[in-house]
Amino acid sequence: MNDLATYNFAYLDEQTKRMIRRAILKAIAIPGYQVPFASREMPMPYGWGTGGVQVTASILGPDDVLKVIDQGADDTTNAVSIRAFFQKVANVAVTTKTKEATIIQTRHRIPEEPLRESQTLVYQVPIPEPLRFLEPRETETRKMHALEEYGLMHVKLYEDIARNGHIATTYAYPVKVEGRYVMDPSPTPKFDNPKMHRSEALQLFGAGREKRIYAVPPYTQVVSLDFEDHPFEIQKFDRPCALCCAENVYLDEVVLDDRGGRMFVCSDTDHCEDRRCAGHAGPMLAIEEAAE
Amino acid sequence: MSAVPLLKVNDISKFYGNRIGCRNVSFELYPGEVLAIVGESGSGKTTLLSCLSTRLMPTSGIVEYHMRDGQYRDLARMAEAERRFLMRTDWGFVHQNPAEGLRMTVSAGANVGERLMAIGDRHYGKIRVAAKDWLARVEIDDGRIDDQPRAFSGGMRQRLQIARNLVTSPRLVFMDEPTGGLDVSVQARLLDLLRGLVHDLGLSAIIVTHDLAVARLLSHRMMVMKDGAVIEQGLTDRVLDDPREPYTQLLVSSILQV
Repeated sequence: MNDLATYNFAYLDEQTKRMIRRAILKAIAIPGYQVPFASREMPMPYGWGTGGVQVTASILGPDDVLKVIDQGADDTTNAVSIRAFFQKVANVAVTTKTKEATIIQTRHRIPEEPLRESQTLVYQVPIPEPLRFLEPRETETRKMHALEEYGLMHVKLYEDIARNGHIATTYAYPVKVEGRYVMDPSPTPKFDNPKMHRSEALQLFGAGREKRIYAVPPYTQVVSLDFEDHPFEIQKFDRPCALCCAENVYLDEVVLDDRGGRMFVCSDTDHCEDRRCAGHAGPMLAIEEAAE
Repeated sequence: MSAVPLLKVNDISKFYGNRIGCRNVSFELYPGEVLAIVGESGSGKTTLLSCLSTRLMPTSGIVEYHMRDGQYRDLARMAEAERRFLMRTDWGFVHQNPAEGLRMTVSAGANVGERLMAIGDRHYGKIRVAAKDWLARVEIDDGRIDDQPRAFSGGMRQRLQIARNLVTSPRLVFMDEPTGGLDVSVQARLLDLLRGLVHDLGLSAIIVTHDLAVARLLSHRMMVMKDGAVIEQGLTDRVLDDPREPYTQLLVSSILQV
């Protein structure tokens, strides 16, 4: 008898994993449909990714290589602690390299590097119901999904244009999956929506507090909703990453001082590091290195 | 008026357990006709309206609707998807309390445009033009198009609710006490507006009211209900000027004369 706590592999017991795997299979069979599941208490607060962690725990095997990102970064609190959690309870290999990972759990971003068939992306979802803010009744939203009554989703976009002159929803931008279910892609920036369309990787969504799992199987059509005269557009940045000079990537604003100094850098830290190793250098890189 | 009825109601009854909601109601409604259902509180008016508009399932009896394709359909036997589609395209429902019929947290324009978007309209500019047009028709200034109904007065909210219902050119509109809770001058204006719209659009309407003045101004025909049953029906002027049943006589004579 050793003095380690006796956890089952990947924390959850086998019956729970079986239940979650069934929910996942059903979700894959009906792309975009929210499958209810008996979400468990996890050793972390709701809102920190309990849904994503349960999905990851249920699909994780001893040979998997896990990567966890939070807002695109591998080194933020949420990402570090979830990665450490699975290292401890499943003893799996972990990585920060998108290429090497077989399972990537994410909060609020899709990696810049295109995903492959052998990879699975697990999203942490706070509010899975895209119609929720317009229709508070769960019975009614379920009926609307069942009968494909999605006019209300456009009411939300209409309101955006009426107030701001353009569709001002920038994250959790609603999508229609395979021409049927309208789905909340979790609070990823709408910049990432096109990456979901016909993605080679399997995409799984877990909402722990709301007890829902949904999925987008590989090569599935994912279309962002819009108006004919106000088509869907992704965010554009007027300058490249200050550290790696990358263009057409999603950038974070970093405040440098209290005199209005700021720079825009890749939100995907792994992508940025890769580019810097390959010799790309942005205008702020020399200053950053000098500071270190 | 066309010779084919729009709505055929055959022996509708609704029981709440042992209690009677309404019983053995039959009538036909023709295109362009406005029918008022009057009676005191608890006489089954609203129950009857709910049964007709499929918000409640009647215990027995059949309600048939003349669809746009010329067929009569039994409403109770329609699939839910089809029924809901009918409700948001070919029908309208004006609630007594506008907060029930409106989305209070989205703008007036989106309230009017919702039905258009629900039937697949995906052009913002066109939806907005239609919304402006309808706001003008119910006498709401088009500068208020981006305001939420929360910022509207009771009368304006009621007019907005009417615009929201009429935007898809329905053929049949149900109204449950449309002027209830409004002061007299606002009521008069709303009635005037409703009368104009019903006339211009050739709408059929079923109006539940306890206010005989509303029935007099708007309806062609009226039914008087008591204890769940229809006790008298006929042309509005005939019923009000020459009531036959004792209860109707009581109802007519209890109008306050100023």
